[in-house]
Amino acid sequence: MTAPLEIDGPAAPPRSNGELLFTEPWQSRAFGMVVTLYEAGAFEWAAFQSALIARIGEWERAHPDGCGYNYYEHWLGALEDVLAASGAVTPEEVAERAAQLAQRPPGHDHRDDEHGHTH
Amino acid sequence: MTSQDQLTAAQRTEALEQLLTERGLVDPKVMDGFIETYETKVGPLNGAKVVARAWVDPEYKQRLLQDGTAAIKELGFGGPQGEHIVVVENTPTVHNVTVCTLCSCYPWPVLGLPPSWYKDPAYRARIVREPRTVLAEMGLELDDDVEIIVRDSSSEVRWMVLPERPAGTEDFTEEELIPLITRDALVGVAKVTL
Repeated sequence: MTAPLEIDGPAAPPRSNGELLFTEPWQSRAFGMVVTLYEAGAFEWAAFQSALIARIGEWERAHPDGCGYNYYEHWLGALEDVLAASGAVTPEEVAERAAQLAQRPPGHDHRDDEHGHTH
Repeated sequence: MTSQDQLTAAQRTEALEQLLTERGLVDPKVMDGFIETYETKVGPLNGAKVVARAWVDPEYKQRLLQDGTAAIKELGFGGPQGEHIVVVENTPTVHNVTVCTLCSCYPWPVLGLPPSWYKDPAYRARIVREPRTVLAEMGLELDDDVEIIVRDSSSEVRWMVLPERPAGTEDFTEEELIPLITRDALVGVAKVTL
């Protein structure tokens, strides 16, 4: 064996990947939504997979150098696509709610029922 | 993040989770359970158990190579991305390495969730074009007379490699073999060594 390249650390022990699966918390939520909805029968896996392939392909055609790739961005986009296709949640509804969330003061992590007032 | 959308992925994710929860489509507690399962319970250890069994039980190995999904289910591993798992055997003359060029399909029930490099555009493109070079960069130098087969997932197939059992392990029990078997060997970017 020669010295390993930086592409990955040493071979991981079989008990875990030996590295973070999700680099930001939202990625695990996006992952969890897809698995939960799939297990509940909300969509066929093939439908999600097709949407994911389309999202990744579109991004790669627009970014031939591959810089800035974020797998879970495409995962989230594919989830939005399958939910839009079934009518469960429309892109407009997501955008509207996300825009509301974006208006919370910086660092304010509370939900809508709290208003960030401080004494 | 993306040009089409000024809202961040984190905001869109939170919005989506709120909407799905309000509509009764997702129960956050159920979802927490799935995330925890995949973060902590389902991982390459499952694949290592499958391989160790195949190494000590020739009949199981035969079943594994004939119908990966069914043989893996015998050990109790299944679930999403576990359909259509095909297991290919590495030998002294043939080395299989797996990839999913289109969407990073990965056999979750036996390997857990994919590492970042597996999803990376560079790995997905280069392992197809120049597998020998990429494997060498990842620390696996193969002799020129070893045939390399790149197994690209399609919508119907998720690949797992059955690595070669290393020399010197003839007297090892199944339990002793398991810790030797790494995730990278199951993807085909490494060999199992003592």
